[in-house]
Amino acid sequence: MASSSFASGARSRWLFAALIAVGIVAPFIGYPTFLMKVLCFALFASAFNLLLGYGGLLSFGHAAFFGSAAYVCGWLVRDVGLTPELAVLAAGAAAGLLGLVIGALAIRRSGIYFAMVTLALAQVVYFAALNLPVTGREDGLQGIPRGHLLGVVDLEGSLAMYYFVLGVFLAGFWAIHRAIHSPFGQVLAAIRDNEPRAVSLGYDVGRTKLLVFTLSAALSGVAGAVKALVFQLASLTDVHWHLSGEVVLMTLLGGMGTVLGPLVGAFAVVGLESELAGTVGPWVTVVIGGVFIACVLLFQRGIVGEARAWWLRRRAA
Amino acid sequence: MELFGMPSQVLFGQLLLGLINGSFYAVLSLGLAVIFGLLHVINFAHGALYMLGAFAAWMALEYLGIGYWWSLALAPLAVGLGAAVFERAMLRRLYQSDALYGLLLTYGLALVLEGTFRNLYGVSGLPYDVPEALQGGVDVGFMFLPLYRAWVVVAAAAVCIATWLLVEKTRLGATLRAATERAEVVQALGVNVPLLVTATYAAGAALAAFAGVLAAPLTQVNPLMGSHLIVVVFAVVVIGGMGSIGGSIVTGLALGVVEGLTKAFWPEASAVVVFVVMAVVLVFRPAGLFGKVH
Amino acid sequence: MKHTTLAAACLLATASLAQAQISDGVVKLGVLTDMSGAYSDPAGQGTVVATRMAVEDFIAAEKPAFKVEMVSADHQNKPDIASAKAREWIERENVDALTELVTTSVALNVMKLAKEKNRIALISGAASTRVTNEDCNDVTVHWTYDTYALANGTASAVVKAGGKKWFFLTADYAFGHSLEQDASNVVKASGGTVVGAARHPFPGSDFSSFLLRAQASGADVIGLANAGADSINSVKQAAEFGIQKKQSLAGLLLNLTDVHALGLRNAQGMYLTEGFYWDMNDKTRDWSRRFFAQHKRMPTMIQAGQYSAVMHYLRAVKATGTDDTAKVMAQMKKTPVNDFFATNGKIREDGRMVHDMYLMKVKAPDQSKTPWDYYEVVQTIPAAQAFQPLSASRCPLVARK
Repeated sequence: MASSSFASGARSRWLFAALIAVGIVAPFIGYPTFLMKVLCFALFASAFNLLLGYGGLLSFGHAAFFGSAAYVCGWLVRDVGLTPELAVLAAGAAAGLLGLVIGALAIRRSGIYFAMVTLALAQVVYFAALNLPVTGREDGLQGIPRGHLLGVVDLEGSLAMYYFVLGVFLAGFWAIHRAIHSPFGQVLAAIRDNEPRAVSLGYDVGRTKLLVFTLSAALSGVAGAVKALVFQLASLTDVHWHLSGEVVLMTLLGGMGTVLGPLVGAFAVVGLESELAGTVGPWVTVVIGGVFIACVLLFQRGIVGEARAWWLRRRAA
Repeated sequence: MELFGMPSQVLFGQLLLGLINGSFYAVLSLGLAVIFGLLHVINFAHGALYMLGAFAAWMALEYLGIGYWWSLALAPLAVGLGAAVFERAMLRRLYQSDALYGLLLTYGLALVLEGTFRNLYGVSGLPYDVPEALQGGVDVGFMFLPLYRAWVVVAAAAVCIATWLLVEKTRLGATLRAATERAEVVQALGVNVPLLVTATYAAGAALAAFAGVLAAPLTQVNPLMGSHLIVVVFAVVVIGGMGSIGGSIVTGLALGVVEGLTKAFWPEASAVVVFVVMAVVLVFRPAGLFGKVH
Repeated sequence: MKHTTLAAACLLATASLAQAQISDGVVKLGVLTDMSGAYSDPAGQGTVVATRMAVEDFIAAEKPAFKVEMVSADHQNKPDIASAKAREWIERENVDALTELVTTSVALNVMKLAKEKNRIALISGAASTRVTNEDCNDVTVHWTYDTYALANGTASAVVKAGGKKWFFLTADYAFGHSLEQDASNVVKASGGTVVGAARHPFPGSDFSSFLLRAQASGADVIGLANAGADSINSVKQAAEFGIQKKQSLAGLLLNLTDVHALGLRNAQGMYLTEGFYWDMNDKTRDWSRRFFAQHKRMPTMIQAGQYSAVMHYLRAVKATGTDDTAKVMAQMKKTPVNDFFATNGKIREDGRMVHDMYLMKVKAPDQSKTPWDYYEVVQTIPAAQAFQPLSASRCPLVARK
């Protein structure tokens, strides 16, 4: 799994500037609700990529964090009356807490076993969502108002909501970027590349893994919370293991361990599903499965990874 | 007579039903364990292969007029063959990569298979009758036991025992077990390991398909029948300890019984009890009940 | 000469005026249904076919001055997919009416969205009485059936036929609970008793342990408060355990396509309540044969109801000359529904379209002469009795006297 080459300060500043510029202009070109969905999943995939691409840990139960935060945020805004930004933060924290608990149990194993454990524990969360009356069960938590940002800005309109989502995404993205390029991030990379060596060098592997898992869970939760506000609904789909599979696909398709990969992957998958729903209809699952297979067999570096490899080859030539 | 606040009749009935369900869990987790033991791949497509087995039986009856007894042998064969092709063409390329790619590939396969059948046949389910010879039932005192369900326990037990004997007591099994530990040495000793690997994957798939044929007369033949089960079977395998043949059989049966008891006393929790057990087992025995710590 | 020109000019002016009052000159219908999941057979593609038939018949018969278009999508029984699609349709494609909406969680969600965005919601497939009670609003019509009507019809008939002691096998989610609740009330009101209930996870696959409990309960009747594949499996497995030897089964929500999937051998003798059956009279047979020619299956009540609802809506648009939600709703409520689906049907202030329901008994295999000849019509339940009376309504829109 490659690590990002955009480590230098100047490059990242350009990257961020470009992202912000595109983000500001986008809602005037595309359909805002679609873009908001892409941003939510881009944040989700980026948080997941932190764990998988940089931490080397495959979790197959990340929907538990995304979805539970969606429910918490929805409940806080609709039934408790919090303003959206507070609700999103609180929901993210709740997801982080859940991540701590699940992570502590899952970290005891590694590799494939770790993935299986996260899947099974996420199922417990799914069943909780299915059975607790407060989630609305299969009806979902409905009628979530978007509220007023900071008590002032009305988010009912698409444009205002879009900029809020963009802001949250950029904040989360920046947080991940900072985490990767910090000493913590380097320890993480060391563990991913050669765990026994990292242990022998005296690093607390277990603690690092738990920390990255919790961080990834919290940010996934932020993504889920915002999504609940955009669509004004939190439902069982948000905690189902199919969603866990989808975020893996987004990260894989975009390029694991790259900075832009998750964004590209989220855009591609959300776009694909949106386009196909109109034309191909129920064959979407089959196409998604096919894309999965193609990626895994031919395309392991993902779109961004392949693009970068091609670019490097050209420069070398 | 009442036991634990429940008529003993009902309790024994639930235990027996639990045993029957456990038989399915046992055969399915056996297939997973066999595949994982040698290939170190979590076969996410296992539920889809189970579904394929049931569909193969249905299609054989519908299009070719071939009945249940033949399907019990032919469906696993057909699915096993398809699985072998898949292994050769696709899965094989990933053995050098990280184990997670194998998981993702089989996940993609599961999506393709289930999506295709879902679109072709809908999800209401297709009827498949219990074979004539096994219709009706027998009054065993505490409940009316359908003959077919008794047959399921017998068939599943036979297959599990046969597989266990094959792996633990025969030369072929010994070669297999050696290959799981040191494949290159076994290859150097003249055994065609790649062929063994393909055959193992096919065998695991055949086990899943066999379970599918057994299930067809019980539940409708339904494209989603695998995806409902697969997550539970994963939990069973985690509890048992992945890669342990005997462990997966015992755990599958035991969990079927636990689920059956839960249905008797607290039905709404029956869908989640397996996962709770898994969480508890993981706290005290991270490698699973019968597994080896890696 | 001058008068004709003037008259023609006036006519043209009125026509274009009418057109100007219909937003962008097009009346657009959205059909949001389950095309691949548990309800794809009773609803699904068949409702799209029914809608298309309604649009074509309307244009041919009424020759409206405005264009009529339709779009359809699969919500896969997921409320999030449904509300995202509905939102997109409203925001990007100017869809005026959201229709079909099978699956309670979908219907409840889309109803709320329709109210927020001031569009009409015509519900054919969803079952819960919440649509016209706690969650009611003034832009929604619940057309075809609901859990009360089903429970009322089937449960009272079965109790009268001698099935006094009931045990419920219930899908453990809101729809199942509501069906069980409605049926229990009817059973008790008719002089029967409820001896127990077993809640199975939804969706279920193996009902053997729950059926065992039902068997041990000593009930005369096992009420199946579930739907679709769950009902089918429950019936099949009940047959396996020889339950029908001593107890009878009452399918509280069973569609024609479910009976088709079960086969008459398994389903024979069961009582169920339907809102429509293709083989009742010439009008139903004619329409159903036309439907069959396109869909290759006989219509269920959901599909027939969809045609009826869409046609009623389009006629109301033509009559008022506008697609303004409030005006069209008022027109729809004012006009009785008289077609092959309903006779003297009426939309009440809670949004409930009340019409006659029918109590059916599934035929034995030797009684069925032609394909899809599955039901014997036992009784017609008049509209006034079939549905929950307004006096018991929990809908805030219903005026309290």
